[in-house]
Amino acid sequence: MIFLRGRAWKFSDNIDTDVIIPYKYKARSIDPKDLAEHCMEGIDPEFSKKVKKGDFIVAGRNFGCGSSREQAPVAIKACGISAVIAESFARIFYRNAINIGLPAIVCKNISKEVNEGDLIELNLGEGVVKNLSTGKVMKAERQPKFLERMLEVGGLIEYYKKFGKFSWE
Amino acid sequence: MQNMDMVSKDFQDKVLNDQGLTFSEKILSLKRSDEPNKIALSNEIIVAKVDLAMAHDGTAPLAIKVLEELGIKKIWDSSKVILHIDHTYPASSEQIANFHSIMRKFAITQGCHIQEGNICHQYMLENFVVPGMLIIGADSHTTTQGSLGAFATGVGSTEIATIWASGKIWLKVPESIKIIFNGNLPKGVYAKDLILYTTGKISCEGANYKTIEFTGNVVKGFSIDSRATLCNMSIEAGAKAGIVEMDYITKEYLISLGREPMLEVHSGKEAIYDKILEEDVDGMEPYVALPHSVDNVKAVREVEGIPIDQAFLGSCTNARLEDLMIAAKILKGKKVKEGVRLIVTPASKSVYKNILKSEIADILLEAGASITSPTCGACVGTHCGVLGANEVCISSSNRNFIGRMGSRGSKVYLASPATVVASAIKGAIIDPRDYLR
Repeated sequence: MIFLRGRAWKFSDNIDTDVIIPYKYKARSIDPKDLAEHCMEGIDPEFSKKVKKGDFIVAGRNFGCGSSREQAPVAIKACGISAVIAESFARIFYRNAINIGLPAIVCKNISKEVNEGDLIELNLGEGVVKNLSTGKVMKAERQPKFLERMLEVGGLIEYYKKFGKFSWE
Repeated sequence: MQNMDMVSKDFQDKVLNDQGLTFSEKILSLKRSDEPNKIALSNEIIVAKVDLAMAHDGTAPLAIKVLEELGIKKIWDSSKVILHIDHTYPASSEQIANFHSIMRKFAITQGCHIQEGNICHQYMLENFVVPGMLIIGADSHTTTQGSLGAFATGVGSTEIATIWASGKIWLKVPESIKIIFNGNLPKGVYAKDLILYTTGKISCEGANYKTIEFTGNVVKGFSIDSRATLCNMSIEAGAKAGIVEMDYITKEYLISLGREPMLEVHSGKEAIYDKILEEDVDGMEPYVALPHSVDNVKAVREVEGIPIDQAFLGSCTNARLEDLMIAAKILKGKKVKEGVRLIVTPASKSVYKNILKSEIADILLEAGASITSPTCGACVGTHCGVLGANEVCISSSNRNFIGRMGSRGSKVYLASPATVVASAIKGAIIDPRDYLR
């Protein structure tokens, strides 16, 4: 059972990977620390300075649309975000996030139930999201088992190192 | 036609002739390795064998690092891995040059194909893609390659590394949306206008996780260049794949390049679709996607007069020979407005060679255009046409997100090559039909 707890940073629908991490930064470096500095720069250039370790991104529909750049979830994870909880995800972002060990959690109506700054608790194993500031409890969509197994150990590389195979094998 | 090692001939014939299955269900049924010879239906998660796995200088360096971290020394099949140096080519900085060096070294060590100076998807169409393939690319616009009747989709760096290691990928078999364009395409309206219109209509998440099949008499009459534009931008509605089924135009294209199909796959007549959209193109006009979303679409005539600083004719969406021919037709004998820059970036060396051999390059240069070598450059805001603060660009590319082509304060309008060059002449956004009379 993995519990994650932190404050919510709210974003709208259709947050694209170009605002999460512009190409010019990802072309220069694949170091997560360099990428983290510019995370969400397209919307809020100060974002990476304001985030505290363990915080959540809470967003609307189609989070991470656009480019296939894995540097987008890498930048989000490296600036301290513990999970992204959204109403839906663009498919490549979703795969990338789980592969690098950043939980991408689908939770209907999360935008309506969470305000910026609310304290959130995510029970990763059970797929339960609690808004500790309002007391509201929400059920997240369950992920296929082989993805949950991968997330539990911290992503694809960690899974492979531990078990000597990929989680879908 | 090539047969696949693990699939029985009977099963292959059964699947290809099944009238109840979509293109995606058929092709993934034949590629699955978790349960070979079993039909894969929409929404089922399968493991599939990949025919080609590509990455470029924006995604390959990270994939190479992942492979090292996994401790994998040898890729599964060097003939199926293709590296492209295209996103920032030639290198614009020392850091980027170093990433390119890592890729070259990897290609030599692994014995896989590497190319430099052609936009990856165009190069794949010109050199590798055949109908019936399952192609995975570490680039979202890999959907472009569905224009030759293949199933092609994008992933990130870690995932492409796992394919390089294993030759396999897990996939959820997508549901399908059929988009039928029928009628007579009016003069001055192109594939780009149709896909902008469609994205505006179904929204930037309207095809999330789904395959878009493009068909209808208009698509059947389209060249591979135009079909590539449709499939390319299907990702802008969130699609997993965009496809145009193989037909005689596909065959002619393949014959001209000396290649043969792997499998000829057609959706069954009774296949089940999530949605079927039938559009009569007779009333269509040139469209433009306004900042900062690809589905923020209006008719060009509704926004005419917006002054521009840059006009960009390039990218994997619209920089093929047909696009540059259309541009030359409009630019012939005309000049780009003073104070406006027109940047033309051909999609590949082959396209570049062809515009040099014909009068196209001369016309573009006479009009005042700058022609760069093939690269993704301006489209991703890395070089060869980066926008400054408050600058406005009309672009034949695929994305107009905040900061996509440079400054956070710049604005990008997406349109067809015709609208781009007509606007370059006018110095402001204009309906290209004014220049086609």
